[in-house]
Amino acid sequence: MITIYSAKKIVTMNPARPEATHVAVRDGRIIGTGALAELEGFGAGTLDDRFANKVIMPGFIEGHSHAVEGKWWRYVYCGFFDRMDPHGKVWSGVETIDAVVERLKQRDEAMTDPETPIAGWSIDPIYFAEKQLTRKDLDRVSTKRPIGIMHASGHIMNVNTRALELAGFLREGIDNGGLPLGDDGLPTGELRGPDVMMPVGAHAGFDSNMLDFDEPGLLDFGKLCVRTGVTTATDLAARLTDEIVGIGIDVTSRDNFPVRLSAYRFHHGLTPKELVRQVMNLTEKSTDRFRLGRIKIVADGSIQGFTARINPPGYYNGAPNGLWYIAPEQMLEIYELALQNNIQVHTHTNGDEATDLAIDMLEKALQKFPSNDHRFTIQHGQLVNAAQFRRMAKLGFCVNHFANHHFYWGDEHYQFTVGPERAERMNPCRTALDNNIPLAIHSDAPITPIGPLFTAWCAVNRITGSGRVQGHHERITVDEALYAITMGAAYTLQMDHEIGSIEAGKRADFAVLEDDPTEAEPFALRDIGVWGTVQDGRVFDASQL
Amino acid sequence: MSGAPSRTVEYLMQVSSEVSPMSVSADGSPLPVTIVGGYLGSGKTTLINQILNKASGRRYAVLVNDFGELAIDAQLIESEDGNVINLSGGCVCCSYGNDLTSAMMELDTSAIDQVVIEASGVALPGAIAGSLSLLTSYTLSSIVVLADCVTVQSHASDKYLADTIARQLASADLILLNKTDLLDESQLVQKKDWVRSNYQSARCVATSHADYPVDLFLTEHTSRDVNQCDKTNDSETHLTSVYTTFKLEVKDKYNVQQLAANLAETEPGLLRVKGFARDLSGQMQLIQIVGRRWNVRPAPVSAKEGIVCIGLSADNLCSEGVSARAGLI
Ligand SMILES: [Zn+2]
Repeated sequence: MITIYSAKKIVTMNPARPEATHVAVRDGRIIGTGALAELEGFGAGTLDDRFANKVIMPGFIEGHSHAVEGKWWRYVYCGFFDRMDPHGKVWSGVETIDAVVERLKQRDEAMTDPETPIAGWSIDPIYFAEKQLTRKDLDRVSTKRPIGIMHASGHIMNVNTRALELAGFLREGIDNGGLPLGDDGLPTGELRGPDVMMPVGAHAGFDSNMLDFDEPGLLDFGKLCVRTGVTTATDLAARLTDEIVGIGIDVTSRDNFPVRLSAYRFHHGLTPKELVRQVMNLTEKSTDRFRLGRIKIVADGSIQGFTARINPPGYYNGAPNGLWYIAPEQMLEIYELALQNNIQVHTHTNGDEATDLAIDMLEKALQKFPSNDHRFTIQHGQLVNAAQFRRMAKLGFCVNHFANHHFYWGDEHYQFTVGPERAERMNPCRTALDNNIPLAIHSDAPITPIGPLFTAWCAVNRITGSGRVQGHHERITVDEALYAITMGAAYTLQMDHEIGSIEAGKRADFAVLEDDPTEAEPFALRDIGVWGTVQDGRVFDASQL
Repeated sequence: MSGAPSRTVEYLMQVSSEVSPMSVSADGSPLPVTIVGGYLGSGKTTLINQILNKASGRRYAVLVNDFGELAIDAQLIESEDGNVINLSGGCVCCSYGNDLTSAMMELDTSAIDQVVIEASGVALPGAIAGSLSLLTSYTLSSIVVLADCVTVQSHASDKYLADTIARQLASADLILLNKTDLLDESQLVQKKDWVRSNYQSARCVATSHADYPVDLFLTEHTSRDVNQCDKTNDSETHLTSVYTTFKLEVKDKYNVQQLAANLAETEPGLLRVKGFARDLSGQMQLIQIVGRRWNVRPAPVSAKEGIVCIGLSADNLCSEGVSARAGLI
């Protein structure tokens, strides 16, 4: 059964045939692109004109996301920026404390039991001109039910009095940096860091395993992907217990599930040997739409949480250096075992010291276990500098930069975390490409919204939340950004032979767009409408989800 | 008393059993927690296995960052169930992953007597102690940090590890300079001097195979503990001649907090202190000191005054000197 889709334009990302009007699909694979007459040589097929007025691109690839975003949408969205939920509803941003309270009240009024908790997410009080958010603000919603709101950064939470009380933290005499106190000597309800967030958050309705997806959440994540043109995504720090693997295989195998998901096993909780052994076993369970057998290491914390490991001169505000989440020997051992067994590793580094460590360890590991094509990837690498790129290029490192970060926290980095000079070269996509580093760009959903066209817009324009261009010299072109969200990401996921471009033999994965991104004004990139996707030849209309 | 083998448990017990068990501290008082830290390969696992092997009826909950880092002696394991391993004698071992605070909150404190937390190789024990301070059902007994005497100095100047190692050692109440069997005498002296000059406030003891009388840093606060200890007659806890034990005479009323602070802060040779003294109002108080960390809690009037001290024989401590410096006489 051959289906030939016509389109206003097909942007193939295949340099041999960059544009086409038609693409032929058989059994979920592309058998050719070109003019209709060229494709008819494959034999009789059905001409499908439904995309005649659309622009088709290769299905977008989100190389660093967490499928748990679907689950988080069951919490109340309290972000400063407008954001689309899995059902296509755009939640307007909340810009004041009153607006936050109002939004939570709506949820409160819709609930019958007065003691059931309310969890909210994505609040960003740095944008509130007013005073600090405290438990008393949230008490205006309810004093009976526990309420908690996770900050957009994921490093801080605000809770009401009831939540503090249930956790046993509503008392005097607390002396802990994670629980700032008010004038009354009691905690203000702000919780800084996982040690205090997690135990109180549990009372406010947050799942203790913040990164585990569940069945309805995964289905909702799939919907978000269709709405943003994504046909392959990642679950980049998965615990991959038997239960999670079971859900992943089951849900992704369903006929109506629209995404291929590559799940990377988080290093935490296992010795290097055990980790590699487990991941090798997982490889055998890998399915076409639920890919297993790769590792994610988290080397350090975050820059805005001041837990990233950064080189001198350190943090702009003088905060002490951050934390290691893995010992150098452990990283080296994982790298060595992974190279030896042909397993790919992605390593989260935020600070430049953490990137140094990854480079040093890979250099050592490669001396012992040389590999021509390992595609180890630095994830985030927000402070990578040119000298590091030169070494990374020699070692074969790829990078996946957090382009969206610039828009959401660029101003904060400029003012507080690393200061102007380094803020202007954070997520240096231009320097990466100039050093021939394979480049992808990402959202880290749910930290920022999944949406590769928006991510491309961020990398192309480098606009911060306040509207400044921060680091002109690190901007990349529209074409380079479109490559990064298709072929670039496919390469870092070791899937460039299957996806990332529209050409004969690859998967029939398309992003179906209302306009042509290659012709768009760079500043309009994020406004291009997404009709839906085609994934493995299956058509997903975003308006019909 | 120097040189004469003595028995830790007996000495510490002697103090405890002089009062009726129930009155030492009522059930429900905070459970003592010991944090064991130190970089990879410093001997944390060996030390924890020793604690478990010498549990003698005390029920420990050992919390580890991940099971991977703790190879528990196989003969101790009774059953495994996800994040929990049940060990013989009512001990449990749980992995806490990213969320120690929640794991602590979920522990069934009625089923355990003591908690030992194994920090991961790059974790900061001081930060763990900070989150522990939020939990009213626990009290920090001590932070023990192990250091591999062969590698600690190079780690402490390592490009990536220097500040982490320094922060770990600086948070220690007791530093076990471990693996000393790998050094000769003069090398060892140099390492000891290095630790002592850089981390003056902590006690530092040289060990090999993490062989240290664990009772010297484990403290008991609950009546359950005392009951358990009463039944034990553990002959393995002989202190070698490396250690010396002596008693301080306590007759007067004191500012007990100040007394405890003096003992902890001005006597770098003291590893363990336990005893009773009357405060200025006449109320009996229990003093417990591990390394430089001191703890004072109300004790029943029936408790008998007196303080037991244990230190290194090499430091030539004597009852008279310590008493004088602490302000007892
Ligand atoms: Zn992430």
